[in-house]
Amino acid sequence: MIDDPCASMHLLIQADHDGELDAAEAARVAAHLQTCPACTAQAAALRRLSAQLRAELRPVVLPLRLQATAARLAAPPRLAPWRMMQRQAPGFAVGLALAACLALVVVPRRPADLADEAVTAHIRALQPGHLIDVISTDKHTVKPWFNGRLDYSPPVQDFTGVGFPLRGGRLDYFAGRPVAVLIYGRAKHVIDVTVWPGAAAPARDGTTNGYNYLSWSRDGMVFWAVSDLNKTELREFAALWH
Amino acid sequence: MSGSGDGAVFARVVTPHLPAAYRLALWMLRDKAAAEDVVQDAAERAFRHIGTFRGDNACAWVLRIVRNQALETLAKSRPTAELDDELQDNAPLADAALFRAEGETVLHAALASLPTALRECLVMRELEEMSYRDIAEIVGVPVGTVMSRLWRARQLLMVQTEALRA
Repeated sequence: MIDDPCASMHLLIQADHDGELDAAEAARVAAHLQTCPACTAQAAALRRLSAQLRAELRPVVLPLRLQATAARLAAPPRLAPWRMMQRQAPGFAVGLALAACLALVVVPRRPADLADEAVTAHIRALQPGHLIDVISTDKHTVKPWFNGRLDYSPPVQDFTGVGFPLRGGRLDYFAGRPVAVLIYGRAKHVIDVTVWPGAAAPARDGTTNGYNYLSWSRDGMVFWAVSDLNKTELREFAALWH
Repeated sequence: MSGSGDGAVFARVVTPHLPAAYRLALWMLRDKAAAEDVVQDAAERAFRHIGTFRGDNACAWVLRIVRNQALETLAKSRPTAELDDELQDNAPLADAALFRAEGETVLHAALASLPTALRECLVMRELEEMSYRDIAEIVGVPVGTVMSRLWRARQLLMVQTEALRA
């Protein structure tokens, strides 16, 4: 590579590009760029390269086998009916008799109710450090962030103008798959909107553990909104999506 | 805590980072089937050791496991000396044209041709947007080394894409 009088600036310019500088250092880089066309070109080249890398190489669909592994490992442990019988009755005859009864009782467990799952995910997300993976009020930042992290692109809307500002997004695991969660604010309340592609399902609304939830389907996507916000305002928020 | 696992913790800590894990494995190994095996094994390992996760940085925790698993696989597939060479940042460039499979872009081939040490840093920074500090921790080198590797990787990538386009 050619000798460059600004070589000492390179790692700083790069660190600035990577968002690793504090305000004072970033200002120093900015001042240098103002006077140095070569370094300005370097900075622009870094931006072009990053944009191209992200656009071209990030979208990767997780192979089905890995998705299945994730689902299996995340599933709560269950005892097989036969193991349950062994635990409850060591004698084989008793076991057989029990088997007859248990056959009536042990049915495959109902899949966890989505409303419970949505509220649990919301409460979990409210724990420190779990709420937002990408912090941005700009839907043009939040939407591309999901590219390559999911096998679909969630609709992202900003309702700042009507008092429901977008705050960011995060990845979660819901209804047996990785999903996008969009986070909105309403005064001090947080609204989680979980979105994934799915067949239209009947709309739901209700309250669990003091959290209100609403669900709806639109354009091939299923939406679940959960918040401690009152029902009226949550309905107002949901109406904005229709 | 080996042998114990908690599905709910796994779903929260590991599952969201599996796409990142797969991408890192893919770029370290440059082979889809091998990357899938590595992430499969890494997921099982993460599940078994989920109790050791201390709750601060799930992505770094998951990627460190995946990277170690990928290095093990790389070590099996080639002599130690060769792998050591590849893990130096001044390793020679491979011929980018060799990695240009059908339908793959110039950029893809150029990235594949970088030495592993540079490639892994660049993938974690560009595709996963990890901080210098996290990358340094995962790779086990000082932050300054990460910075110079990234710089070198990016300059080489620009040169290589130019060369391939020419």
